[in-house]
Amino acid sequence: MTVWNDLVGQEPTIATLSRAVADETAMTHAWLFTGPPGSGRSTAARAFAAALQCPDGGCGTCIECRTALDGSHADVKVVSTQGLSIKVAEMRELVQEAALRPSVGRWRVIIIEDADRLTAYSDAPANALLKALEEPTPRTVWMLCAPSLEDVIITIRSRSRHVRLRTPAIAAVAELLQRRDGADPAMALYAARAAQSHVGLARRLARDEGARIRRHDVISMATKIVGVGDAIGAAADLAQIADEESSASGAERDAAERARLLELLGADPTARTQPPHIRSQVSALEKEQKTRATRFARDMIDRSLVDLTSIYRDALVTSLGSGVALVNPDAIDKVRALAGVFSPEGLLAAMDAINEARDRINANVPPLLALEAMALQLRVPRDLGA
Amino acid sequence: MRVTRRFCRHRPMPSDVHGCLLLSVARGKVDVMSTASVPPLVLISGPEDVLAERALATVLSGAKVADVEVITLEAATYEAGSISVHASPSLFGGDRCLVVRDVHEASDDLQLDVLALVASPAPDVSLVVVHGGGPRGRKIIDAMKKAGARVIDCPAVKSDRDKTDFVQHEFAAAHRRITGEGVRALIEAVGKDLRELASACAALVADTEGTIDDAVVDTYHGGKVEATGFRVADATIAGQTGEALRLLRHAIASGVDPVPIVAVLASQLRQLIKVGSAGRGGSAQLAKTLGMAPWQVDKARRSVGHWSGDGLGVALQAVAAADFEVKGGGRDPVYAVERAILTVTRARGIR
Repeated sequence: MTVWNDLVGQEPTIATLSRAVADETAMTHAWLFTGPPGSGRSTAARAFAAALQCPDGGCGTCIECRTALDGSHADVKVVSTQGLSIKVAEMRELVQEAALRPSVGRWRVIIIEDADRLTAYSDAPANALLKALEEPTPRTVWMLCAPSLEDVIITIRSRSRHVRLRTPAIAAVAELLQRRDGADPAMALYAARAAQSHVGLARRLARDEGARIRRHDVISMATKIVGVGDAIGAAADLAQIADEESSASGAERDAAERARLLELLGADPTARTQPPHIRSQVSALEKEQKTRATRFARDMIDRSLVDLTSIYRDALVTSLGSGVALVNPDAIDKVRALAGVFSPEGLLAAMDAINEARDRINANVPPLLALEAMALQLRVPRDLGA
Repeated sequence: MRVTRRFCRHRPMPSDVHGCLLLSVARGKVDVMSTASVPPLVLISGPEDVLAERALATVLSGAKVADVEVITLEAATYEAGSISVHASPSLFGGDRCLVVRDVHEASDDLQLDVLALVASPAPDVSLVVVHGGGPRGRKIIDAMKKAGARVIDCPAVKSDRDKTDFVQHEFAAAHRRITGEGVRALIEAVGKDLRELASACAALVADTEGTIDDAVVDTYHGGKVEATGFRVADATIAGQTGEALRLLRHAIASGVDPVPIVAVLASQLRQLIKVGSAGRGGSAQLAKTLGMAPWQVDKARRSVGHWSGDGLGVALQAVAAADFEVKGGGRDPVYAVERAILTVTRARGIR
């Protein structure tokens, strides 16, 4: 058992980080972790933090390791946001804190899980960080996580050491699901494949029946769109699933946030109408929640579209006979049926249509309209059943 | 000194001597029989400014005749207590008429003061309240109705039928004749805003002689079209390329944004596809299952016969591309919409 247990398929990274823990001359004060979503950027950062605090260099069992891994260690601060960005005031506070010596551990570690979101009002939050990175306090370590190097400003990039995570192998992810979450081997393999090595998603697929059903529905769509009416219906279903998911998961949290705000303002939550100054705060919160819900619904649609692309990709792989592993071996009959009715060019055109829909949704086209245009492109000559 | 009350007004009853002011402003009609004075409580409520202004003018014409002092108070600039200052008995006597405008934007002070005056009316003071609709100041409306105020409704004039009635009444009041085509041409040209429509009617009455028909209207308002996204979409779906482009230019020139035009076009095409693939069945039944209004189902049914499924598919894809382009994906939003219209009308021919 070591702290690196949950970081799967990243052996070169683990080697680099372990060397830095063991040898002070290989250590530095600022690290930038990048890698595709679900590859374990923040897991890597936390594990590294634990290894730095642990007297044995990352045993994974001592109190230092365990508290650092779950983010409750006194000298390990984890910063993340569910909003759109991290604000400059937050960063300035953090820079002050970074100047302090560690209280109990060997290092003061600050992990910023969303370094790509240091963007409130241009780059001000990122700029606030520069001085601290440039003139480091001894024994303070910054760990920034971002999807790619381009997501952080160049002045931060040049002041930190870059650690690149790769997409973990399917087998490694499946092994993690079995070991950590107790999934049975077949399920673990299915989930790892279907999530295309996104660890968090694979875990959800392995544990949540609803998520599997939704994914299956999305994949099945590919063989069922025959007429124009089917296309419109399929698009409406996709949009609706996302909306429902978003409001179901958001409603509870929204209500809790509202109650907390009213409590903070000293307002009476049972009052039928609130005084104007409280109303304005409440409506500001509601606006923020609405943005979040919209964003969540769009992320859901985007996820579904990635799933949908995978079946066309599999069909292309099959029809070209390239012998690459399939993402959806459980839906092999659908894959074959698609490969039968579409030429390779047709399959590529279908994948293009899906990606075009993703781009359009990002550019603020109403998701329903973008999905309709996409679904129309995905029509098949007859219901392939399957 | 004791101020003597010249006479004490009682609540207006239908047979009231002051009650000869009969106002009915429903459907754009303003029938007014002038009066020698102002009723003690008048409530002018409704969102249509033009009608409200006319009603107020009519009410105040009574005040002029009876030599009543008119005091107008605006909600936006109201200072607490002004109403009771103006309503308290004056040394020189004389009737007063308090007009309070824009009560739908009233501050709390104004609301309280008005309510106080309604609850205990001052002698020789009549109160005219103008409320433009909305939830604010609802209490005043209720209180005034309860106190037996004369209520003048000014409902929004939106539908073409209401506008037709309005125009016909305008000309009838001026003892002029206008043909049905004339009315339609006039509404099509300047019907977007009721104020504009009213002044166009007045101008026609003043500038022309004899019966007014569509030729006369065309002389004054020819080439002007009230174009909306809906009309552009209707023409596009009917396959009238030239008409659709003309309407689009009109709409853009009169300040309609390309974004809602594309949205309307998309929703109309979506309805066609839904209705087209839904099969037979009563329109009310179908409307329920498709989540549309029955008239939308009927309208879509009339158009869908001219379209093939593939044609509708091509059309909707073109509209989706245009939506992306008007939202920053392309360089020229208007061109994007024009191209979408051309593609859609051409797609109508696909069998």
